[in-house]
Amino acid sequence: MKLKLKVWRQEDAQDKGGFQNYDVDGIDGDMSFLEMMDVLNNNLVNEGIDPVEFDHDCREGICGSCSLQINGEPHGPDRRITTCQLHMRKFKDGDEIVIEPFRATAFPVIKDLVIDRSAFDRIQHAGGYISVNTSGNTQDANSIPIEKQDADDSFYAATCIGCGACVAACKNASAMLFTSAKVSQFALLPQGEVEAHERVINMVNQMDAEGFGNCTNTGACYVECPKGISLENIARLNREYLSASVFS
Amino acid sequence: MSVLESKIPEGPIEKKWTKHKNEINLVNPANKRNIDIIVVGTGLAGGSAAATLAELGYNVKTFCYQDSPRRAHSIAAQGGINASKNYQGDGDSDYRLFYDTVKGGDYRSREANVYRLAEVSSNIIDQCVAQGVPFAREYGGLLDNRSFGGVLVSRTFYAKGQTGQQLLLGAYSAMNRQINRGKIQSFNRHEMMDLVLVDGKARGIIARDLVTGEIERHSAHAVVLASGGYGNVFYLSTNAMGSNVMAAWRAHKKGAFFANPCFTQIHPTCIPVSGELQSKLTLMSESLRNDGRIWVPKHKKDAEAIREGKLKPTEIAEEDRDYYLERRYPAFGNLVPRDVASRAAKERCDAGYGVNKTGQAVYLDFKAAIERYGKEKAFTSGHKNPIKEEIIKLGEEAVEAKYGNLFEMYEKITDQNPYKTPMMIFPAVHYTMGGLWVDYNLMTTIPGCYAAGEANFSDHGANRLGASALMQGLADGYFVLPYTIGDYLAADIRTGAISTESEEFETAEKEVKDRIQRLYNTNGKNPVDYYHKKLGKIMWDKCGMSRNEKELKEAMEEIKALREDFWENVRVTGKAETKNAELEKAGRVADFLELGELFAKDALERNESCGGHFREEYQTEDGEALRDDENFRFVSAWEYVGNPRDAKLHKEQLEFENIELKTRSYK
Ligand SMILES: Cc1cc2nc3c(=O)[nH]c(=O)nc-3n(C[C@H](O)[C@H](O)[C@H](O)COP(=O)(O)OP(=O)(O)OC[C@H]3O[C@@H](n4cnc5c(N)ncnc54)[C@H](O)[C@@H]3O)c2cc1C
Ligand code: SF4
Ligand code: FES
Repeated sequence: MKLKLKVWRQEDAQDKGGFQNYDVDGIDGDMSFLEMMDVLNNNLVNEGIDPVEFDHDCREGICGSCSLQINGEPHGPDRRITTCQLHMRKFKDGDEIVIEPFRATAFPVIKDLVIDRSAFDRIQHAGGYISVNTSGNTQDANSIPIEKQDADDSFYAATCIGCGACVAACKNASAMLFTSAKVSQFALLPQGEVEAHERVINMVNQMDAEGFGNCTNTGACYVECPKGISLENIARLNREYLSASVFS
Repeated sequence: MSVLESKIPEGPIEKKWTKHKNEINLVNPANKRNIDIIVVGTGLAGGSAAATLAELGYNVKTFCYQDSPRRAHSIAAQGGINASKNYQGDGDSDYRLFYDTVKGGDYRSREANVYRLAEVSSNIIDQCVAQGVPFAREYGGLLDNRSFGGVLVSRTFYAKGQTGQQLLLGAYSAMNRQINRGKIQSFNRHEMMDLVLVDGKARGIIARDLVTGEIERHSAHAVVLASGGYGNVFYLSTNAMGSNVMAAWRAHKKGAFFANPCFTQIHPTCIPVSGELQSKLTLMSESLRNDGRIWVPKHKKDAEAIREGKLKPTEIAEEDRDYYLERRYPAFGNLVPRDVASRAAKERCDAGYGVNKTGQAVYLDFKAAIERYGKEKAFTSGHKNPIKEEIIKLGEEAVEAKYGNLFEMYEKITDQNPYKTPMMIFPAVHYTMGGLWVDYNLMTTIPGCYAAGEANFSDHGANRLGASALMQGLADGYFVLPYTIGDYLAADIRTGAISTESEEFETAEKEVKDRIQRLYNTNGKNPVDYYHKKLGKIMWDKCGMSRNEKELKEAMEEIKALREDFWENVRVTGKAETKNAELEKAGRVADFLELGELFAKDALERNESCGGHFREEYQTEDGEALRDDENFRFVSAWEYVGNPRDAKLHKEQLEFENIELKTRSYK
């Protein structure tokens, strides 16, 4: 396959940035999107041009590093996958592909396609944990049976990889799906109950402070989320938030 | 005379750890506030160590190269974590876990460490559940278990195919709690470039801010390296793209001995290589071997027809299939340990029975499992005479519930539906048992420099059993290191903050800067990947699943030549003062080019076959590994003396007092 790439290049956070056009050839359908980017970068290095910076690590859809906006969609045209799991068989010879970073005020660009998602970490610092000491003086794991359904729902909420596609997909750049996933994971477990009120208030406050937008329930986040994090989590967060506000 | 002191406590094995904890020095809580600790790496080992050390009261700084601690490579672990809980009542115990691990490691690990690992394993599960880690549960609400290779009990706890993710997010949440309390400062997108020694003790690191390119000095009273494994020396592996040996190698060059570098695990169930431009390999969890049956065609002509695309695996009759693991190892069948399974796959493919276009693949088939589960499900839901379609439908649902995400992942990558046609798999580099030599306290041969998780030479001997790396990482980080480090730091309560203005920091910083400059001062002919791929090919061809004297010698020469070429001709683009992935890669590949040579040397000097290390010269008549306990029952710990090939060997003799040395048999 031969492809025409339109890639966002930006020197650093201060630079205005803009698109550059590159052609790549010899792309095979079995290659992943990031392997296609490797080919591009290899060509650029050989021509003495700085390669395109992009985040990636595991290349199997679990670390949440990769974060490309491809033809206007976070993680590209396929569903329920990350950028690194996108394969070139989804494209055809001669296609033009527009490649940008995820866009959101709370995710400033560091360079080219690399963004700063530390706002997500700070939301987690604010309450994304259960306050239990790691000393080992805990009770036997099976002394707290948990209904399978709750355990499974908690698990599904916890499979969020923190990639930020939900934010990039949302016209308000809201981080509700991400935040609600963490709140839900703990809200569904007895271990998380004690701090439930404090947790939801602190995490939502931090989310607002980071400059993410409001949630207007468009559901675009769910459509683009590689892990299919359910919108029910947002409803749960709202309930938790309401009850926390009433009681505090 | 050996300079290695393993510091194994006296006494019976089941009392050693308790006794040791009672006897070592402690730092009182008020004094911990005056002590700083650097933790390099935020995977299971580093993340759990950092959280626990901070909770105990130390001031902790963590470092990772990713943009968040949550993305450390532990996140990718799929299958599960072992613990000797014996929840299934199938006869498990600390001793059995200990025994399985020592045997699985082909008797090349330290008994006392492994016993301690087994002893604290149950506590890990309690800890994680208390933290809110959502492990898989049964309908009764209790924790579920599965079974992994090389053992006869079900002791593996799991969270679908995302166990590593859930455990790491647990450790990350414990870290977040301490970050929120101001006890951990986390430096993300930072790479450790060197270790700084003051008066012979580890007192800090030089790090590069990967965003600004700034070279920074960080001091501490002790440094913990939890920087993961070095499987990427093979270029293609299941490790993350950024996984590297830099932190461990820099410490090695400053005096930390490197142990058993040639002990590498080649995992039997990975998706086969598909093309020249492939950048990494994907693991299919070992848990699949619980239900999948491994086979190749019994007749060469069938294998050839498959390779040419003229025959489909589903068209091959049952009697024309060779379930070679079940045939060779009736007792363990498809659940033999990884090294055995990998070698058996290679043996069949080398003999001409491999499938896939390349001939470098075998089948992993779920048809029998689908039928078995389907029948069971139909039966229990009252259909005593189900039709075939119903059985298949129910069976596929059952398999989906167990392995759904793995099947999906397979289909995304290969474009084939594993419910309908068998998966194709082939061995790939996965884990490194070798690493920095540590004593019972997890301290390296540099005072104050500790190593935890995959970065140390660890508890897995010459082969690691499935689901034991997660266990070891968390055991080191939550339960071992936070206590043993106190023994050393007790002497530091009056030292006061370590200054970064010393000559030692000055020199180390200068060395790091000079090295970066050297990378830019070359003729600039070939991209970094060119060297990494070449190195990977030498490693795979000559230091891979089977090794021999001639090729290992060649490998040493070829790697040396490649390294010299690298320093003359590598091309690093961009500037050192910005985010620059090429520069990051160049630094890592430079270290791999040194490690690779030591790796080959270690393999060359170990004249026996054990675990993942298979020397063609040392095998039994039926092709099994031939260990030499008389001459090689030791850990090889290498001291750096200028060039990787000149490294000096120190032997830690291994004593087996609680387990009888036997030929490992899974027949
Ligand atoms: C695909 C896959 C599946 C696996 N499945 C299982 C399983 O089911 N069960 C099991 O028990 N084991 C499994 N393993 C093995 C296990 O996941 C690893 O051995 C283990 O997670 C390693 O943890 P760690 O904390 O030692 O290192 P890692 O998680 O690799 O963390 C390394 C850390 O060090 C940092 N780092 C590295 N170098 C530097 C540097 N120079 N400067 C700063 N920071 C640095 C990184 O940023 C990272 O934070 C699997 C491994 C792979 C690859
Ligand atoms: S909710 Fe989905 S899209 Fe958002 S960060 Fe998590 S995994 Fe990514
Ligand atoms: S690189 Fe890890 S999710 Fe894509």
